[in-house]
Amino acid sequence: MLRRFQGAPLLLFAGLAILAQVALSTLKADFYLTQLTMAAWYTLVALGLCLLMGYAGQVSMGHAGFFAIGGYTAAVISTAGAPAWLSIPAGVVVTAGVALLVGIPVLRLRGHYLAMATLAFGFIVSRIILGTPLFGQADGISDIPAYHLVAGLAITGRRALRVQNYYIAWAVVALGLVLALNLVRSRTGRALRAIHGDEEAAAASGISVARHKLAVFVLSAVYAGLAGACLAHFNGGIGPGEAGIMKSVRYVALVAAGGMANLWGTLTVSAALTFLSLRGAFGLLDDAVFGGLLVAIMLFAPQGVFGLLRRQEKVP
Amino acid sequence: MSAAQLFQYLISGVATGSVYAIVGIGFTIIYNSTGIINFAQGEFLMLGGMIALSLQAFLPLPLAITGAVAVTGLVGVLVQLVFLSWLRKPGVLRMIIITIGLSILMREAALHVWDEKVHALPYWSGDETSSLAVLGARISPQVAWVLAVSALMVVALTLFFRFTLTGKAMRACASNPAAARLCGIRASWLVSLSFFLAAAMGALAGCVVSPLTQTQYDMGTSLAVKGFTCAVLGGLGNVGAAVAAGILVGVLESASISVLPLAYKDVVALTIMLAILLLRPQGLFAGIGRRRGPLGLAAEKGPEQAGT
Repeated sequence: MLRRFQGAPLLLFAGLAILAQVALSTLKADFYLTQLTMAAWYTLVALGLCLLMGYAGQVSMGHAGFFAIGGYTAAVISTAGAPAWLSIPAGVVVTAGVALLVGIPVLRLRGHYLAMATLAFGFIVSRIILGTPLFGQADGISDIPAYHLVAGLAITGRRALRVQNYYIAWAVVALGLVLALNLVRSRTGRALRAIHGDEEAAAASGISVARHKLAVFVLSAVYAGLAGACLAHFNGGIGPGEAGIMKSVRYVALVAAGGMANLWGTLTVSAALTFLSLRGAFGLLDDAVFGGLLVAIMLFAPQGVFGLLRRQEKVP
Repeated sequence: MSAAQLFQYLISGVATGSVYAIVGIGFTIIYNSTGIINFAQGEFLMLGGMIALSLQAFLPLPLAITGAVAVTGLVGVLVQLVFLSWLRKPGVLRMIIITIGLSILMREAALHVWDEKVHALPYWSGDETSSLAVLGARISPQVAWVLAVSALMVVALTLFFRFTLTGKAMRACASNPAAARLCGIRASWLVSLSFFLAAAMGALAGCVVSPLTQTQYDMGTSLAVKGFTCAVLGGLGNVGAAVAAGILVGVLESASISVLPLAYKDVVALTIMLAILLLRPQGLFAGIGRRRGPLGLAAEKGPEQAGT
């Protein structure tokens, strides 16, 4: 499965990540690492959505809902006195379960119907969070403890462990990326692209359309749920804003700008834009920037920002 | 629950439901002329309410509302001309994403032009305390306004589509654009007109419910989902069915308040709608119409399930 392991770009990616950390630490500017770590977790969501939307062609306007389900499950479990190791696995399992239950009926819909149904799903999740005391309503949940991994590694926002968390987050993203890259090059990946092209034709060539769509939907929700659970531990809290429609739209914008069926593009765009957004580079226009990006990309460059460059190269 | 109380729930459900129906009709008008589901439909209601609020500071209420309807209608036309008119055969996914992006831009613009607070237009007649006694129930005069305005819009629209040349031309374009063009109908301005109609109707609905449900910059999304469901239940083409669906949804939603906490109102409404969307994507009344059609052939388009 690792035969077509994309060695060179991955090494470049790892090199850049290490370079950024070393440079920021020597320059005594390692507070940037906090936002870079958060950007990594959000990027994991975008990568999952890229699989679903870019490769399988199934739009989800409710991915923030899955992120929030993962995050809130982890938050509730780790603040309720359950075994500490349980929180992130539970977050992932619950997200996968919800995705399975929602996916079975919803994925029968196509086009506008699917978009509207997933939009409604995201809206329902955010309203449940806002209306339920268990989830802290508008205040969210705070004082989430650190999540201890093996050998002194922990997912936490403590300043002393900042460098470590930066590497944990990007390592998970790299893992998710390798998994996704291998998936899209596999038999399953080809099946997904066939479904994207034409569902009837895919079914006619013996692909189990419903099963493939459901599998990629759940996998992409798992990426989001894992990211949500980890970020909740890293931030030490989670709020209802994470489930908002705007967040879902943001993930869609990142995938669209990355070029839809382009995992590396999504990774690059997401890392850059999410970091800038978290640094407050867009100020009050933060959400407007993502809305504008969405419109501009879809109007002028439906192949994404890198597609734009590629097209210009082709001109003799 | 007493009969009067039940009637009260029913009336308030019908009132909110008729607003959903108007949103649904807006979807239908634009969908039929372009094949686009305009995800920014709910934002037109918000814009209408907000613009009327601003105009109302220096104009009498009826003029402010007229102005808001006209301005929002022009915004609709502008959206169509600037963003959508020059795209040749765009894919469904692309159109979904563009109109969602537009809805975000409108919402953010509203956030910066106005603010994040909840606003409300004054009552069109009387105030919060005045009420009409109907069959033993106390009904706010604004509810009567909502019902009257919605009914008027639906009737006017039906007459427009059925009896005016422009309305007939729009229907011709919807059922067969190529044939309509061969008959000398200029489709392009009719598309602009459909955006104007959808936006203006949305704005008027936004103004008439504003005293009851308030106007806030982010109210569009839930309205869009609910309105879309009404449009789907009406088979994306049948105005009467969309109204019936809207009223059904409104009544269910208002009944849910008596069972569950108010915070879950939207959850209940959207879950019901999601269920309906999943169970009957072809519309609630599609089967009935089809059976009555000549030779069992339905002229209407099937459920738009294909194409991404």
